[in-house]
Amino acid sequence: MSLTSLSAFEVARKVKAGELKAVDVAEAALAQIRAVDGLPGSLDGGAVSADEEKKVHAFIQVTEKMALEQAEKVDQAVARGEDAGLLAGVPISIKDIFCVEGTTTTAASRMLSNFRPPYTATPVRRLIDQGALILGKVNLDEFTFGSSNESSAYQPATNNPWNTDHVPGGSSGGSAASVAAEEVALSLGTDTGGSIRQPAAFCGVVGLKPTYGRVSRLGLIAFSSSLDCPGPLSRNTRDAALMLQAMAGVDPKDSTSSTRAVDDYLSTLGQDVKGLRIGLSPDYDAVYYPNFETGELHKEAIQKEVHETLYRSAELLAKAGAEIVENVPMPNTAYGIPAYFVISRVEAASNLHRFDGVKYGYRTESAVSNLSELYRLTRAEGFGPQVKLRILMGMYLSAAGHDADYYTHAQKVRALIRQDFVRAFEPDGDHRLDALLTPTTATTSFKRKAVFGNSLLMQYSDQMTVSSNHAGVPALTIPAGLDEAGLPIGIQLIGNDFREDLILRIGHAFEQVSRDEAWRKVRPQVLAGEVKA
Amino acid sequence: MSLQHITPELFEKLVGLAALELTEEERAYLFEEMNHQLASVESLRQIQIPEGTTPSLYGLHPEGISPRADEWKAFTKPKQIVALAPESEDGMIAVPDVKGAK
Repeated sequence: MSLTSLSAFEVARKVKAGELKAVDVAEAALAQIRAVDGLPGSLDGGAVSADEEKKVHAFIQVTEKMALEQAEKVDQAVARGEDAGLLAGVPISIKDIFCVEGTTTTAASRMLSNFRPPYTATPVRRLIDQGALILGKVNLDEFTFGSSNESSAYQPATNNPWNTDHVPGGSSGGSAASVAAEEVALSLGTDTGGSIRQPAAFCGVVGLKPTYGRVSRLGLIAFSSSLDCPGPLSRNTRDAALMLQAMAGVDPKDSTSSTRAVDDYLSTLGQDVKGLRIGLSPDYDAVYYPNFETGELHKEAIQKEVHETLYRSAELLAKAGAEIVENVPMPNTAYGIPAYFVISRVEAASNLHRFDGVKYGYRTESAVSNLSELYRLTRAEGFGPQVKLRILMGMYLSAAGHDADYYTHAQKVRALIRQDFVRAFEPDGDHRLDALLTPTTATTSFKRKAVFGNSLLMQYSDQMTVSSNHAGVPALTIPAGLDEAGLPIGIQLIGNDFREDLILRIGHAFEQVSRDEAWRKVRPQVLAGEVKA
Repeated sequence: MSLQHITPELFEKLVGLAALELTEEERAYLFEEMNHQLASVESLRQIQIPEGTTPSLYGLHPEGISPRADEWKAFTKPKQIVALAPESEDGMIAVPDVKGAK
């Protein structure tokens, strides 16, 4: 097995045991990036050659010097006999929405193309403190606004390593692709409506949205502050548990971070799932789209192979000893996206007012006669269309006179969505679930340009994931198979508040019970046929 | 069900309030997309909200820490903050004249 194929857990174990040098791990990751990533995303990137079309393009910025310096520190700590940390020598990429001192932090937007933050985000700081090696900043939809990576101002946008004609999903598409293409073992992403889980499912990797408040948001450029959750992407559940262990916990600088003690996610991971109650809901077996004329929702079936994979996965978990509980009602699932359209747009518009060309970031180069003109031209030139769409929609929905109709109403719907989960997990309730098992996405990855531009269809690709953001509960996606085109299918485990330990444990059990399945032997297109040292 | 629509006049007002300027292509695209999104939002009206339902600001309310004491603490790198500004003068962030006089 090559160095870049090793799990984060194995890398850290070997580095701490002196069997492997962190510097060698960093060099191997850099070589893999050079081999598969192609041109880094850049402003006005434009068209690329046919050869480049087959590359991953996960990275906006490779931080080679930073990674090698961190690796040397880890190796020195090991040589001195010190504890080099949970993530000693593990190569990690960071979604370029997190402030990292010493890097440019762009949010994949022209607006922040020159922004050099004077501090490092808490989750990133904690990863570094545990010995992680930061290999670079990876691409995303501009300000995280999208589900395909195509809205990034930094082109070429990231491709799906399983089929580079397809999107990696989004907004953490660069994160998911960099892990799937074995450029890094782990990546730090964010999930507001599904932005870790949807790309993880599309790219055949593991993605965890922790409970709201479990991981600090300090240093994360905010999209929707009541929904945003930083979390790990990895190639297996053990690595996700390891990364969460390193990042979770209260942060005095984030008043929404939880004071609750952090569980030991690794020690419970190997426990079996006998007797655990895992639910299936018919409300996650369809997608509900609105009629443009009437606003009424109509039902469409999810992709057949996704449905079949879900039920086959449930059977495997039943074989492992879990009790499958069918027909769990989650009646407000269909309203997750409409409520998200309101809440996320209102919060996004508020958060985006700060970008005005005065304090930091892009400023128009045109001559202006007053401050108002400076604002307008800066924002017109600095923001892409998807950002402008969110600002305008958020302003409309929060306008005086509309609040009761939209924002307050959506918050009440959010309360109903949360009640669906409370009822499902209630210890004395009808269902008494330990986890809800659902598809992560209604379809597998779509082709580039197939959906981009249609903001409604794009948003509905998050229908299976968004409800757990509304409710604040943790949710994990794990790979569970491939469709006929060879594209990954993800299944999702949603848990009760702060029960990341349980969903990781169930996910880990699924990995064990499915480990010999044929689909697990298939490699992403960009890795197939490779010859590694 | 009758749908709310964003009119061209309202759209232009929002563009002004948002401190944006749009190309004709952007204007046509954003106007149409906003009305499509509004169709989705309008589906929320189908839900009968039970009496007494409290709006949820967070879903799971944060078990966060208490606000710290309101005490002034100096940021240790103020020059880095000012250096981020597109324009500065004498350690202060500079902007064009508010009213337009140079």
